[in-house]
Amino acid sequence: MLTLVTFLPLLACVGLALAPRSVPDRVCARVWAGTAAADLALVVGLWVGFDPHGGMQYQQNHPWIPAAGVGYHVGVDGLSLPLVAMTCLLFLATALYSLRETRRVRSYVCLFLFLQTVSVGLFVALDLILFFVFFDLSLVGMFFVIAGWGHGGRARAAALTFFLYTFTGSLALLLGFIGLSLAATPHTFDLLELVRGNPLAGQGLYAGLVLLALGVGLAVKTPTVPFHTWLPPAHTEAPAAGSAILAGVLLKMGAYGFVRIAMPLLPGSWRRYALVFVIVGTVSVVYGALVALAQTDFKRMIAYTSVTHMGYILLAVGAAGVLAGTDAQARSLAVTGAVVQMVSHGLLTGALFLLTGVLHDRGGTYAMDAYSGLSSHAPRFAAATGVAAFAGLGIPGFSGFIAEFQILTGSLASQAVATTCALTGLLITAALFLRALRHMFLGPSRLPAAAPATGFRDLVPSEAAATVPLLGAALVIGVAPRFLLDVVEPASRTVTQLVAR
Amino acid sequence: MSALLWALIALPLGAGAALLLSGRRWNALAPGLGLAAAAGTFGLAVASAVFRPEASAPLFAGVRAGLRVDGLSAVLVVAVAAVTTAVLVASPGELGPRENRGRFFGLMLLFAGAMTVTVTATTLPPLLMAWEVMGATSWALIGFWWHRPDRVRAADTAFVTTRAADLGLYLAAGAAMAGGVGSLDLTALTGAQGGWRHVACAGLVVAALGKSAQLPFSFWLSHAMRGPGPVSALLHSATMVAAGAYLLLRLHPLLVATGWAAPLVAWTGGVTALALGVVAVAQRALKQLLAASTSSQVGFMVLAAGVGDPSGGTLQLLAHAAAKSALFLAAGAWLTSLGTEQLPALRGAVRRHPLLGAGFVAGALALAGLPPLSLWVAKDEVLAAARAQSPGLYALGLAAAAVAAGYSVKALWYVTRPLPHDHDHDHDHGQEQDGGRRGARGPTRSVSTPVVVLAAAAVFLGVAALPGLSGPLRGVLGGGQQHAPNPWEMALSAAVALAAAGAAWWWLPRSAHAPRTASAGKRWAADWLSMERAARAVLVRPAFALARALAAFDDRAVDGAVHHLARGGLTLARGAARADDHGLDGAVRAVAAGCRRLGAWARRPQTGLLHQYYAQAVVGFTLLLSIVLLVR
Repeated sequence: MLTLVTFLPLLACVGLALAPRSVPDRVCARVWAGTAAADLALVVGLWVGFDPHGGMQYQQNHPWIPAAGVGYHVGVDGLSLPLVAMTCLLFLATALYSLRETRRVRSYVCLFLFLQTVSVGLFVALDLILFFVFFDLSLVGMFFVIAGWGHGGRARAAALTFFLYTFTGSLALLLGFIGLSLAATPHTFDLLELVRGNPLAGQGLYAGLVLLALGVGLAVKTPTVPFHTWLPPAHTEAPAAGSAILAGVLLKMGAYGFVRIAMPLLPGSWRRYALVFVIVGTVSVVYGALVALAQTDFKRMIAYTSVTHMGYILLAVGAAGVLAGTDAQARSLAVTGAVVQMVSHGLLTGALFLLTGVLHDRGGTYAMDAYSGLSSHAPRFAAATGVAAFAGLGIPGFSGFIAEFQILTGSLASQAVATTCALTGLLITAALFLRALRHMFLGPSRLPAAAPATGFRDLVPSEAAATVPLLGAALVIGVAPRFLLDVVEPASRTVTQLVAR
Repeated sequence: MSALLWALIALPLGAGAALLLSGRRWNALAPGLGLAAAAGTFGLAVASAVFRPEASAPLFAGVRAGLRVDGLSAVLVVAVAAVTTAVLVASPGELGPRENRGRFFGLMLLFAGAMTVTVTATTLPPLLMAWEVMGATSWALIGFWWHRPDRVRAADTAFVTTRAADLGLYLAAGAAMAGGVGSLDLTALTGAQGGWRHVACAGLVVAALGKSAQLPFSFWLSHAMRGPGPVSALLHSATMVAAGAYLLLRLHPLLVATGWAAPLVAWTGGVTALALGVVAVAQRALKQLLAASTSSQVGFMVLAAGVGDPSGGTLQLLAHAAAKSALFLAAGAWLTSLGTEQLPALRGAVRRHPLLGAGFVAGALALAGLPPLSLWVAKDEVLAAARAQSPGLYALGLAAAAVAAGYSVKALWYVTRPLPHDHDHDHDHGQEQDGGRRGARGPTRSVSTPVVVLAAAAVFLGVAALPGLSGPLRGVLGGGQQHAPNPWEMALSAAVALAAAGAAWWWLPRSAHAPRTASAGKRWAADWLSMERAARAVLVRPAFALARALAAFDDRAVDGAVHHLARGGLTLARGAARADDHGLDGAVRAVAAGCRRLGAWARRPQTGLLHQYYAQAVVGFTLLLSIVLLVR
């Protein structure tokens, strides 16, 4: 079942690649949308049959390279299922948004289908090498998306920076994986076996070095300060759909790696160096928010808010590693908040990036001071962006609040100073989103010179269909979060127990 | 019973969201639908006040979202629903058919629904959620006419300021969790362990002071005036600003338990009541005067919370809500019909629209705290409780009451002047000054009726709290110490209010014709004590400067370092390539050349001439022989 969910998009990709040249572009785009919808339906089926207290489910385990202890082992639990669902929803939204794409549609669609398989595969992988393969392939797919469909000359440079930087990170990750495997007897890359064996318990320096390799590798992808500088150019140059996937799904791979791999596999070192993660997280929150405040480019600003939002996740997982002065409830609350933040950020930032795509499509620029009073031209577009901005600044009623409240409440006990500093991120984020809304959407109407004489067209149905459901999902999580928390909470309790052992 | 409570919050929130989404589509129907929802909410609120329902739902692990209507919140939910209904009745007058009425009525209902959740919440998460939703809807309402950048900027200032204070609630939630109050129950906060109780209390106090526009946060209220009149009427009366005071009234046990919080809150309330009263006196625009007076009057509620007088504070809240919503509705109606809110230009406004004017006069008299109107009664009760704590607080409160009479009479004096002969000139002048949205419409009956009803409530509410008649009210609010004021106290405060009012009335005609040279102190008061300028200078500008510096640092240093690293890699690669070409490859070639030379040397003896071979053999043997001889 999981294999089908994972490889269905790849099947469609192969089918499209082999299809005769005469297949029109519109059919390709629709095939993508249909595949994404079918995949989402399958995931909903998975969710319905999922038992929140059943641990790892839908497992499949086949030997792959038995000599090296590598296997094709997949499964989902409360940490990965919400991310798989979010991934499929976001890819569907991207597919709908891309129905209007006109440039080399077939290869574009194939790349995204490939990326979907890679993304889903990463979240269900229970083998470190499998994880690493998907982790790396995601870079390859995204490199071509940015280089091939980006906004111009600098796109290729940005794609190259993105690829080299994150590839370096993934090499560090591989080093860490090998370190983990070598410590286990017999050598294995199977995640569950490594968790059970806890091979690095009590191996001070060696375990610390492995954690360093893993930490750097994941921190580059997440990204956190100071490894974040590949993100703004990649986002600014990427096409809207690519940005949405990059921010919504690919960034989660790093954050997910912390809760899936680093915390349960290296509990001792995690506890010892938790403060490092707390500090990096807090610095990311405040620094990202402040730098975002100074941006004049709307898309770049959103890219920097991603650094802020990811920083909260790091703060939470770091705080969950500190046992002193806190109880299990607080730590589990923090981890739950971190997972919800991954889902929430995927939905909201995905929606925001798709909306900036609309902005660029109509006005030809992301510069905030080029626009004013867009609300009078495009009320639906303004309303959707306004809702997304408020949801992004963590207003209650949307998923961001559910995540950030749990993170901050769960982290304060052990990390009072850091959490108090991170609180200011909420305020700065509010200020920067309100400023952006005021400059671009409110006030007297003004359009950039590049805009067509016909004015600024409002959201068309396919764009609305791509963005509104994402915001709707964020709203549902914000108002009635139990359906999600019921799934996440048992899993995050397990993670906190694993870290505490 | 819990269904009743869910319905009470679902009706305004649901109807509000639906209207908001509908936008202009049902523009003609929106006022009717909004009013119906508000009236329905009022009915549910009354039923809730009678049946006292309680409800809760699981929210986070170990944390429930709890709601309850108890004595204090019963009074509040009814008041919120009543004021909302009255304000919505008055709204169509200002929000013409060409405005986006769906958005307006939807936001108003959402705002009122959020306030209802705020007052009924028993745990921190629903309180915080509603609290912030209220802030967000207030942003949208203040900036409702978004074509004007100044209004949007005002909305931004209001939202960012209140959110800065709201961070206190997040802090309080974390502190409660850290202090062992895993349920985040408001009543259990007193039991938080260690220093966490102080942290939680501090967070809550900051949040409450911010929302209630107490010092030093008061300035956002001045901006909140930029919204439509009905928004001001709702925001400044039973909702938003009242929320902070209400929270403090509710949390009095926690304030007492920390030792320092209760006096701090009491003094902050007292000082705000006096200082913002002075600010109100210094204003020349009616809505600004009323806004500053809101801060000042809420100060009495905060004072009541600090000295532990929930019934006095609640009565003050109710009486002020009635009076202030009436005054703001009238001010909004004048702004719409006369195009100005400058006091000199509003001369004779009362005489143009007698019914509306009567309501305004009654509301202003109540606001002045003149006996026997409701705010006099309420203030006396608060002052009695304050006197029990500290004579200094009592004196402060009494001074603030005198100032309240002063600013109310100032507003009253201007609007009751005879109609000026050159009112056309004034009219234009006013328009230039505030650029109000002028319509040719006069205030309709739809505005006058709610104004009169609310003003009547402001006049007569005090009866419920007069000594001897206050039994039922105290019964509803439950417990608390009895701070029935002495007769001499009531007489003193009545005398102070009357004297201040009389003095103001005597002095105003003399000052109105005096040359307009404002002293520095007066300018300072008129500028709301320069609070905003201070906040901008101390917080906002440094934050932006830091942001720009960090952005530059990010581009140059962090990103630069990465690129330098990459360039360094390239340089290294070129170096390696050179080393490869010249070094390794050179060495290999050198070895080859050496071999070749060796080969050349090796070739030389092989000449093919026998005698040379013999000679070589002789030399060889000689060498061998000498080695053998030497080694032996």
